[in-house]
Amino acid sequence: MTPPIRQLPADDPAQVAAFEARIAAGESIEPKDWMPARYRSQLTRMMSQHAHSEIVGMLPEGNWITRAPSLRRKQSLIAKVQDEAGHGLYIYCGTETLGVDRFDLFNQLLDGTAKYSSIFNYPTLSWADMGVIGWLVDGAAIVNQTVLAKTSYGPYARAMVRICKEENFHKRQGYEICTVLANGTPAQRAMLQDAVDRFWWPSLMMFGPSDTNSPNSGELLRWKVKRKTNDELRQRFVNLTVPQAQALGITVPDPDLRFDPETKNWVFGEIDWSEFQQVIAGHGPCNRERLEARRTAHADGAWVRAAATAHAEKRARRTEAA
Amino acid sequence: MGAQGHDAEDVGIAAGAAQAGDRPVAGPSRGPRLGPPLVEYLLRLGDDRLILGHRLSEWCGHGPILEEDIALANFALDLIGQAASLLRLAGAVEGAGRDEDALAYFRDGVQFRNSLLVEQPRGDFGDTIVRQFLFDAYSVLLWEALLGAPHEGLAAIAAKAIKEDRYHLRHSSEWVVRLGDGTAESQARVQGSLDRLWRYTGELFEADAIDQAVAAQGIAVDHRALKARWDQLVDEVLARATLVRPADGPMQRGGRTGRHTEHLGHLLATMQSVARAHPGARW
Repeated sequence: MTPPIRQLPADDPAQVAAFEARIAAGESIEPKDWMPARYRSQLTRMMSQHAHSEIVGMLPEGNWITRAPSLRRKQSLIAKVQDEAGHGLYIYCGTETLGVDRFDLFNQLLDGTAKYSSIFNYPTLSWADMGVIGWLVDGAAIVNQTVLAKTSYGPYARAMVRICKEENFHKRQGYEICTVLANGTPAQRAMLQDAVDRFWWPSLMMFGPSDTNSPNSGELLRWKVKRKTNDELRQRFVNLTVPQAQALGITVPDPDLRFDPETKNWVFGEIDWSEFQQVIAGHGPCNRERLEARRTAHADGAWVRAAATAHAEKRARRTEAA
Repeated sequence: MGAQGHDAEDVGIAAGAAQAGDRPVAGPSRGPRLGPPLVEYLLRLGDDRLILGHRLSEWCGHGPILEEDIALANFALDLIGQAASLLRLAGAVEGAGRDEDALAYFRDGVQFRNSLLVEQPRGDFGDTIVRQFLFDAYSVLLWEALLGAPHEGLAAIAAKAIKEDRYHLRHSSEWVVRLGDGTAESQARVQGSLDRLWRYTGELFEADAIDQAVAAQGIAVDHRALKARWDQLVDEVLARATLVRPADGPMQRGGRTGRHTEHLGHLLATMQSVARAHPGARW
C-alpha cells in the first residue's frame, strides 16, 4: 500500500537537489533511481488512477457489446474493450515498478478509496454513445496522454507511447461510427446529437479542475510529471474537436462557444464544477453501479483465483516430489 | 365499423371452411422445414460460433482476473470472426442477397441452426469454461475433417479457424484441469457444470439428412469417428482434472433444425435490438 502522504519521511535536501537537476536537464527517471518520496507517491497515484480508469472504462462500453448493430461493429467494440483491459494491465505493471503491488491497488479501487476518471460514471444510453465515447473520450485521453508520453518517469512515458497508438485507432474508429450516424437516417442523426449533448461537458471535465483550483499541479509541473496544465490541455482539446463537430454537422451544447480570432481559440462556456465535484465525490449517475460491477466480478471470481493458486501449489509439490 | 367487422369475421370463417377441402392439412414431413443443404450446413457452423462468441462477449469487463477478461474477449473475437465468414458464405450460396448481418440480425430464433450447448447462459466461470472446452474439442476435430473439403471457401475458413480453435482448446483444457484439480469448491462447481451441460453434447455428433446431402457434395465428416476422437480427448483432460465423466443419458437435441431452448430468444432479443429498431440503416 502507498503510505498516506502526510506520513512520508523527509527527503535528504542534497538528494532532492540532485534529482531536480536531473529533471531540469530533461533526464528520464528510472525505477532504480533515487526519487523523492512525494514524487513516488504522486506517480503511484496518477498511474494507478490511470490503470483503474482503463478497467472501469471497460464497463460503459461493455454495456453495448451484446447489442452492437453489425458483426463488424461488434468485433471492433470487443477489440476496443479488450485493448482497455490490456492498457490497465500494462499500467498496473508499470505502477509496480514504483514498489507497489497491483493487488493492493486493485483493492483500493474496490474499497472506493482510489479514484478513476469521472467520465466513466456516466451511463451509455444508445449505440451512438459508442461512437461519441471513441471520438470525445478517447480524443480527450489522447490529448492528455500525448503530453504524458514526455513525462519524466521513464516507465510511464514508455507505456504512454504505446497506449497512445492504440487510443488513436480507437478515436478514429469512434469518429467513423459518428460519421456513419451523421450521414444516416434522421433517427440515427438524432441519436448522435443526443449522445454529444450528454458527453460534451463530461469530456471537458476529464482534464480535471481548472488551474486555479488544481492542488497537485504545481509540484507535478515542476517535476515534469505533467508537462501542460489542465486548462491548457482542455483548450487544446476543444480547439481540435469543434471543427470535427462542424464536419459532422452537429451542434455542441454550449451557447457561449465562439471562435476568438486573436487567440485562435474556441472559447467555451463555464464548466459546471458542482457537477464535477459531485461525480468525483461518488455521487455521479453510475458511480455505485461501476464499483458494484467491479466488486461483483471480483467476488464471483474468488473461487476461480483460489483454485488457480491451489492447483499451482499442487503442481509445484508434484514437481518437487518427482 | 361494428356491422362490417362482424361481416368480415363471418366471411373469414366461411372462407376457411371452404378452403379446407382444397388444401391438404397433412404437411410434407414430420419435422421442421429446412433450406438447401449447403446453406443449412453453413448456417449450423456459423450460428454455433456466432452464439458462442456472443455468450463469451457477455464476460467483457466481468472476468475473475484481468488476464482472463482479455482471453475470453479474444475467443469471442475469433468466434465472431469465424461466424461472419461462414454466414457470408451461407448468404452467397443461398443467393437471395442476404449478407452476414442480414443473417445474424434479421432471422428469428427458429431460423437459427446452432446447437443447444452454445446458447446456454454463460453461468459462472466454470460453466463457461466447461462449455468452451466441450465445444473446442469438437470444433478442432471438425475443422480437421473439413480442411480437405472440396469447397474452396469452406476449406479456407477451416484452415484459419483451426489455428484459433487449437489455441482455445489448449486454454480451456488448462482451465478445466486447474478448476477440477484445484480446491474442493472448484472441483464441485465444475463437476456440476459438466453434469448439467453433458446432455447437450450428443447433438454435436448427430448426422441427419443435411449431413448426408453435403456428404454427397464431398463435404463428408465421419461423425462416428469424430465422436470417438472427442471421447478420447475429453476423457484425457477430465482424468487430469480429476473430474468424473457423466454417463451418456438422454440427450437434448433440436438446435440444428431450429428447435431451441428458451434461452436463445432472450439472447437474440438483446443482440438484434438496435439493428431491428432501425431496419435498412447502415452502421
